[in-house]
Amino acid sequence: MSIEELKEIAKEVRKDIIRMTGLAGSGHPGGSLSSVEILVSLYFKKMKYDPGNPGWEERDRFVLSKGHAAPALYSVLSRVGFFPRDELWKLRKRGAMLQGHPSRVHTPGVEASTGSLGQGLSIANGMAISGKIYGKNYRVYVLLGDGEIEEGQVWEAAMSAHRFKLDNLCAILDNNDLQIDGTVEEIMDPYPLRDKWHAFGWHVIEVNGHEFPEILSALDEAEKVKGKPTMIIAHTVKGKGVSYMEGRKEWHGKAPQGELIERALKDLE
Amino acid sequence: MAREGTAGRTDRACIERPRVESVRTAYGETLVELGEEREDIVVLDADLSASTQTCLFAERFPDRFFNMGISEADMMGTACGIALTGKTVFASTFAIFATGRAWDQIRNSIAYARANVKIVATHGGIVTGPDGASHQALEDISLMRVIPGMRIICPADAPMTRKVVRYVASVDGPFYVRLIRPKAPVIYDDDTPFEFGRAIKLREGRDLTIFTHGFMLWRCIKAAELLEEEGISVKLFDSHTIKPVDTEAIDEAIEETGRILVVEDHSRIGGLFSAIAEEVVRRKPVPMDVIAIDDVFGESGSIDELLEFHGLTPENIKNKAKKLLER
Repeated sequence: MSIEELKEIAKEVRKDIIRMTGLAGSGHPGGSLSSVEILVSLYFKKMKYDPGNPGWEERDRFVLSKGHAAPALYSVLSRVGFFPRDELWKLRKRGAMLQGHPSRVHTPGVEASTGSLGQGLSIANGMAISGKIYGKNYRVYVLLGDGEIEEGQVWEAAMSAHRFKLDNLCAILDNNDLQIDGTVEEIMDPYPLRDKWHAFGWHVIEVNGHEFPEILSALDEAEKVKGKPTMIIAHTVKGKGVSYMEGRKEWHGKAPQGELIERALKDLE
Repeated sequence: MAREGTAGRTDRACIERPRVESVRTAYGETLVELGEEREDIVVLDADLSASTQTCLFAERFPDRFFNMGISEADMMGTACGIALTGKTVFASTFAIFATGRAWDQIRNSIAYARANVKIVATHGGIVTGPDGASHQALEDISLMRVIPGMRIICPADAPMTRKVVRYVASVDGPFYVRLIRPKAPVIYDDDTPFEFGRAIKLREGRDLTIFTHGFMLWRCIKAAELLEEEGISVKLFDSHTIKPVDTEAIDEAIEETGRILVVEDHSRIGGLFSAIAEEVVRRKPVPMDVIAIDDVFGESGSIDELLEFHGLTPENIKNKAKKLLER
């Protein structure tokens, strides 16, 4: 699949995110829009899986640790065939397959139940450890938020991934620089990110998280690293693609309504 | 429906000087057996493997044992991840750290995802002793009970522990198994069956029913004998399964004795007492009472001192039972 095709898919995923959260009347468009190219790279180019057989033992696994980006994940999962697109429009409704935050029990293709931040890396580590014990060749990917890494469990897991030499694990940090209450620097300042992850024994790569060639090349590089896990720090823009959302913390957890939906869709064309 | 346990090692000599055995060692040895039998068993610990006895599994199966260090939250998440690849995972540490420190991970990562993780925690209850309040889990059962779908078992002795560990390994999904630090009086023989969700009746009686679990079982047997000497007939249940609680046993207690006393080494808020009271009030309220830990933190002391202080003695159980009969 060409870069142009991936870009076209990313555009459609962004429109899905706006429509889904708009219809739901709630949700997290900002951090969903910032992670689109990362998810599209994984599901349309990098990972091996079978939508017809979600439990396929040899599949690559993806854990959305920043569970509030669920709309982006759901759009991608439906577009690769895990479930019909109709489900997207029932997001967050009573009885829906698509819960506000990912639930593996509810949704085919969702690997872990997340939403309480800081837990996904440990789960991904467990999947990677199992692959090592039982000699499986699958890889495990996990997407973290930059505000999320304020959770202490993330750093417990960072130590574990190094301790157990999980080179079959690749974490990606959606570094959009905003959390609910402000910039990550203002709130808790997790920087310098590269130094911290490096000090924890990880191979670290930095990319522009909206440029497919950079993301794809980093994912390839991660696959070649032996004896340690890889962290791809993806520099992104919260609300990417929607002019009035870009870089605005207000759109972390608020859905567009009325004419703002139309404006967003127009921006994305 | 009356159900007889095959147990009842209630002869006097045995009661005075019970044979004791470590439930923790029973756990570790059973893990090794399971590891021999099944490739899919993986065990995690949080730097307490000598105390929880998962070290026995670690020595025998180093490739399937992971010491996660002093990081209970990460341990539970990792256990979840391994389980989600189709494996059966045991995660062990002290009860206070498993259920308190890692509660959110147990709720969200494990239980909500129905991950096949068996949380087997040692050092439950005030009988953890000299280490004091920070290490005495008096609320672990409460914390686990409120998690939807969590199943809770508290075996009373080593033979029952072996059966419980085998049982939870054979059934998919999360369990919380509460073990204790001290060696426990051996109540059961190896032939006593474990039936999940079915309390074991150790004594038949008509005046009142005592429900208990874990370390307190032997003391309740002794209390029942003291009561019998005074002409009071006691029905005694080992409620090893605390969730789901055995409602048939509760119905039997209501109908046949009309008085219920719950004895447990746990806070009286949220444990077996609460579980039974919640059912009793919905069915047919009868007079109930409890001997458990009041709404206080524990403190350092020997096991006997602490049990005495909190009234968890055969003598006090007898007195409380007699008062309950006056109501």
